[in-house]
Amino acid sequence: MNDGPTPLGDPRYLWPAEGLKRVPDWVYTDDAVYQREVERIFHGRTWNYVALEAELPNPGDFIRSNVGPTPVVVARGQDGAIHVVENRCAHRAAEFCRELAGNTREFVCPYHQWTYELNGTLRAVPFRRGVGGKGGMPTDFDMSSHGLTRLHVTTHRGVVFASYAADMESLAGYLGPEILREFNATFDGRRLTILGHYRHSLPGNWKLYHENLKDPYHATLLHTFLVTFGLLVAGNKSLMLTDATGRHGVMASAKSDAKVAADVRGEMRAYKEGMTLAEPRFMDFIDEFDSPWSVTMATIWPNLIVQREMNTLGIRQIVPTGPHEFIMKWTMFGFEGDDDAMTRHRLRQGNLMGPAGFLGLEDNEAIKFVQDGMQRVPDGEHVVELDPQTAYGTSDTLISEAAIRGMYRYWREVMDL
Amino acid sequence: MLDAPTQTTDSRIAALLLHHEIDQFNARYAAALDAQRLTEWTEMFTEDAFYLVTSRENADRNLPVGLIYCEGSGMIRDRAVALDKTAMFAPRYLRHIIGNLVVNAEDANGDIRAQANYVVLQVLFDRPDATLHQVGVYHDVFHRTATGLKLRERRCIYDNLLVPNALCIPV
Repeated sequence: MNDGPTPLGDPRYLWPAEGLKRVPDWVYTDDAVYQREVERIFHGRTWNYVALEAELPNPGDFIRSNVGPTPVVVARGQDGAIHVVENRCAHRAAEFCRELAGNTREFVCPYHQWTYELNGTLRAVPFRRGVGGKGGMPTDFDMSSHGLTRLHVTTHRGVVFASYAADMESLAGYLGPEILREFNATFDGRRLTILGHYRHSLPGNWKLYHENLKDPYHATLLHTFLVTFGLLVAGNKSLMLTDATGRHGVMASAKSDAKVAADVRGEMRAYKEGMTLAEPRFMDFIDEFDSPWSVTMATIWPNLIVQREMNTLGIRQIVPTGPHEFIMKWTMFGFEGDDDAMTRHRLRQGNLMGPAGFLGLEDNEAIKFVQDGMQRVPDGEHVVELDPQTAYGTSDTLISEAAIRGMYRYWREVMDL
Repeated sequence: MLDAPTQTTDSRIAALLLHHEIDQFNARYAAALDAQRLTEWTEMFTEDAFYLVTSRENADRNLPVGLIYCEGSGMIRDRAVALDKTAMFAPRYLRHIIGNLVVNAEDANGDIRAQANYVVLQVLFDRPDATLHQVGVYHDVFHRTATGLKLRERRCIYDNLLVPNALCIPV
């Protein structure tokens, strides 16, 4: 921990007396809190998503990625093993890898050409012995202790995770049985094919993105498109699931062709009767998963969202840049064996999500509005009281904020706040 | 007295007129989007049109995904209706600037391949600046119809890989 003001014991960081029913603004806006999150969460005892194996099919393939805000390179070694190293030269700190992706035999820092193996081992230092007996490194310079900083790696069903912690539990244990079941329903053993990426910045705190997907209440209210075209209405079969710790969640719902009941309709200003699509086929759900749900949005702590929105599938990787902004990298995928018609169906359905998606653009705007509100009228608190029958955690009603309360119960414990 | 135009001059004038026609088309296209007249925007495409907005990163690697991916004018009209009637986003002004037009000759089917650079500036109401929202290239196929030129294909390939928050209006 740095020598800066520690949040603990500072009256500015008192949690409201109401407990988990309130979340104070400083959780989202304070720089010292953010620094502690990087240290205790992203660099702490977590499995961070870094890549899909399908992005690294061959030995020597690499991509740039991040663990929290920290740039890393994910590479497949000649032996097929996946390595994750910090993208920072051990010599003068240069962020040496600049390409988004590529294939290489070794990493060479362009500044002084220190050369590393794909697993981060330092292999060569130019002029190590100097020139003409002058200069060079000290004779006792130990190459083996000047490699790139390596992270611990695990893979599960083609998804690659990294951790700074050496003694992490297995990914299955980390997710817990309920979340693992939903994870495996999406990554069902078929090999993935990469359809492409979206990248966008979002001027909001990174946790708001988790909360948005632990807040099924908003889905039926903000997303007029979803409601108007019958994808999700209050009253659909649905579940807001969390793991035992509260850090992971899955928002799940089943598409229904049922008419919207009159009492429900009255509560939803968003509902527009009589609107039709010229091309409704893009909203079709082709049932390809062993799951009762047509839509699942999994929030895997701390940096991964797995989107299974009917047949449009994607990874969203959160890269925080400070308390007020994060970058989101999306990797959209299908499966080997998809025919051309299925791939195009996934691509058409992709219009729902992403920074130009009918739903996605609204989420990004709403999260920006929340951060704007806190920055311009500061020192307030958020009200998360819905569904008092469930103190925190899993709830089978959409009109609930119990999963947000569960996440903060866990966050406060890890953050010691 | 002027000499009769030669074949060479004719083809050069034809190319100039076609270039001007597409330039005018692009100016009307930009004006429709700047005014957020999205129905007018949808009418600039053929029935079988393909409209795509994707990053240069995807285009360079032949990855097919789009921020916006419309097969046929029905999906383009759905996009316009959804934005007009259902989408929630902060009000904004946009300015589309289109230039560096390159036009290839019309082929036997009446299709004309062209490309142009574009810039989209965005103004939010609580900031003094117009920000660079998108910069990229249109890869186009125009088609000559009974009612004038229309877009059979417009692939908008943007260079700024990190989209600032949300792309609310088409490019």
